[in-house]
Amino acid sequence: MAQEAAVPLEVTEKIRPRISPVRRALILSRQHPLGVMGLLFVGMLLVAGLFSELLAPYDPLANNHVTRAVGELTSSIGPDDKQIEVANFGAGANSVLDVDNEKMTVYYVVSQSGRTAVLEVLRGNAGTTKESHEAGTGLTSTRIDKLSGPSMTHPFGTDAVGQDVLSRTIFGARISLLIGFVAISIGVTIGTFFGVLSGYFGGVVDMLIQRIVDMILAFPAVVLLLAIIAVIGNEDSNVRQFLADSTPIPQGTFLGVPKFLDVFVVALGIGLAVSVATARIVRGAVLSLKENVYIEAARAMGASDARIMWKHIFPNVAALVVVLASVFLPIAILAEAAISFLGVGVPYPTPSWGADLTGPNRDDALEGYWWPVFFPGLALSLVVLGFNMLGDAFRDISDPRLRGGMGAGGGSGSGRGGGL
Amino acid sequence: MRDYVIRRLFLVVPIMLGVSFLTFAIFRIIPGDPCVIEQGFGATPETIKACREAHGLNDFWLQQYGNWVWDIVQPVLGSNAFGIDVGAKIIPAPKFDLGTSLTESDLAVTTELERRLPVTIELMVMTMFLALLLGIPPGVLSAIRPGTPLDWVSRFSSVLWLSIPQLYLGILVITFGANWFNWTPPQFGRGYVPFADDPWVNLQQFFFPALVLALGISAVIMRLTRSSMLEVMRNDYIRTAWSKGLRERTVVWRHAVKNALIPVITLIGLQLGGLLGGTVIIESLFNLNGVGKYTLEAILRRDFITVQSLVLMFAAVYVLTNLIVDIAYAWLDPRIHYA
Repeated sequence: MAQEAAVPLEVTEKIRPRISPVRRALILSRQHPLGVMGLLFVGMLLVAGLFSELLAPYDPLANNHVTRAVGELTSSIGPDDKQIEVANFGAGANSVLDVDNEKMTVYYVVSQSGRTAVLEVLRGNAGTTKESHEAGTGLTSTRIDKLSGPSMTHPFGTDAVGQDVLSRTIFGARISLLIGFVAISIGVTIGTFFGVLSGYFGGVVDMLIQRIVDMILAFPAVVLLLAIIAVIGNEDSNVRQFLADSTPIPQGTFLGVPKFLDVFVVALGIGLAVSVATARIVRGAVLSLKENVYIEAARAMGASDARIMWKHIFPNVAALVVVLASVFLPIAILAEAAISFLGVGVPYPTPSWGADLTGPNRDDALEGYWWPVFFPGLALSLVVLGFNMLGDAFRDISDPRLRGGMGAGGGSGSGRGGGL
Repeated sequence: MRDYVIRRLFLVVPIMLGVSFLTFAIFRIIPGDPCVIEQGFGATPETIKACREAHGLNDFWLQQYGNWVWDIVQPVLGSNAFGIDVGAKIIPAPKFDLGTSLTESDLAVTTELERRLPVTIELMVMTMFLALLLGIPPGVLSAIRPGTPLDWVSRFSSVLWLSIPQLYLGILVITFGANWFNWTPPQFGRGYVPFADDPWVNLQQFFFPALVLALGISAVIMRLTRSSMLEVMRNDYIRTAWSKGLRERTVVWRHAVKNALIPVITLIGLQLGGLLGGTVIIESLFNLNGVGKYTLEAILRRDFITVQSLVLMFAAVYVLTNLIVDIAYAWLDPRIHYA
């Protein structure tokens, strides 16, 4: 008998071999290559955002300069010479240039690919003695390295004020990450609080909260965000004043983010918008949760409403809240980009992907300087693509029945983000 | 059904009142006097006072809101504020006077809307048309041929279109169109050309903005159509249709698609609200003088009379689309009844 009983046991062992978590992850990743790609993009966002200082080759706000040889002196010059003769100047011809002895500088007018630029060559430091130069001395010109195309020194090129686009794109990841993290924390906390309250108490409380939610949801998302941020982000708004004066949120550069307070205010606005949608969804979950017998048991044992909500309802909606947070994260990142693009979000020198897509960069793009808008936008698109592909893979894994078909919830959820 | 519709229509009133009051309240909180913003550096205390007086900003705030609402619902005989003769010479009809915007020109909001609404409506209609065209056929095809290159391509492109933000796509179209194909975005220097006047120029003006808006929506529609089709194709009645020996075309388009599109209808309704937001971005990007751009400008100017009028309109569109979606549901699926 004992032997007979052992046989089916062996069979089950064979049918369900134990798979190590690593092996399981490998199998899953082979089945969902797009999910792996999504994970990669999201990972890149995390790495770029967390280690911006280490990765960025330049200060994202620095106006980079470039020093170029512009020719050489054909004869030696003394301190009081009014004219100098320069070889290999500009188009290659020798030129005679007037020297402005007052300022001790030489002004050249160089025509570069049709554009005229005034170059300035120092002949000694202002306030010190004028220098003499030997014949053959190379003249150099230093100017802001503006709108230079992608090259070895600046892989993504530079923008109109000489900022390195690669560094700005990398620091843009930090802004996006920060906005996403702060907005989602605020939004999910407030939303869950009111959602649980509304669902648990029902009646007048529920009616009041849900009618307010109705009204806010009737706003188009962009208009709502613009309105909220126009209100709280204003220089003399009470909310901004309060945050500046009564909270330790720094106004200047913090965590490598210039104008931290303004970035925080934008995140707060997005968080408020997120909280409305969260409240609606959490309320729905609480409505069915509170019908459970264990809630009734807790009440019968004399637990207070606050205790039931905190100890029995909240732990059960926590998983849903985490899912909501992951769905809203790319939407928050997109929302920041959209409102910064419209000129209401993150203020100028702060490197933000959305803000870099507008203003002078956009005008330059129309004239052929495409790199200052192309790369930040590409980064934004890849991050959203990454979140979408990751989400699809998770949905496939959790519901294999759909076999790559995308569920309605995810579709409309991401679609809302697309709308922004 | 009729009672349900009437009850829903009555619910519209509190939502509209709430939404407009919320906007009014939000913009009254914003520091920054619209009169000061409007007049800029040339402002003197006298002109600001005159401006505030003219727009009734000195009144008690509740009275300001009340006046605004009264001007909208006030029954009048003859033509309303849009200049449309509602044919009510005997029965009074609402005046629909949305107030005057707080700009230098003091234009009536309705005058601006008359000029801008056609632009936005055409943009939205064209967007929806393109979105359905690019969304439903690929969705259906990819569901009935799962695993084929066609399925793969349409699924991948849908993830792609879903992920590229509209504002970036718009910039790419403008930038690379201008640099590589020497195509310049439609210049509205010559103003909006109505379709009836010159269809070719009109379509040139609207095609690209509408396409940029449509791609994102089409991706969502495609994904939902696909998953909904996959579900429907597993039903028994589809197997019956196959076993009757019907042609594939009949089974798919006659029997399956009709049912698979029911959830898609809801989605389209939901997307319309997002589309209104999308027009804000696309209209400023392509320099189309529509309602979206008007909204952005009004918010930046703190022109709350205009903003609350626009939000009122948006809310009306939102509430009415939801109602139409619910009605369409019952019409498409006879099993659904509203009591």
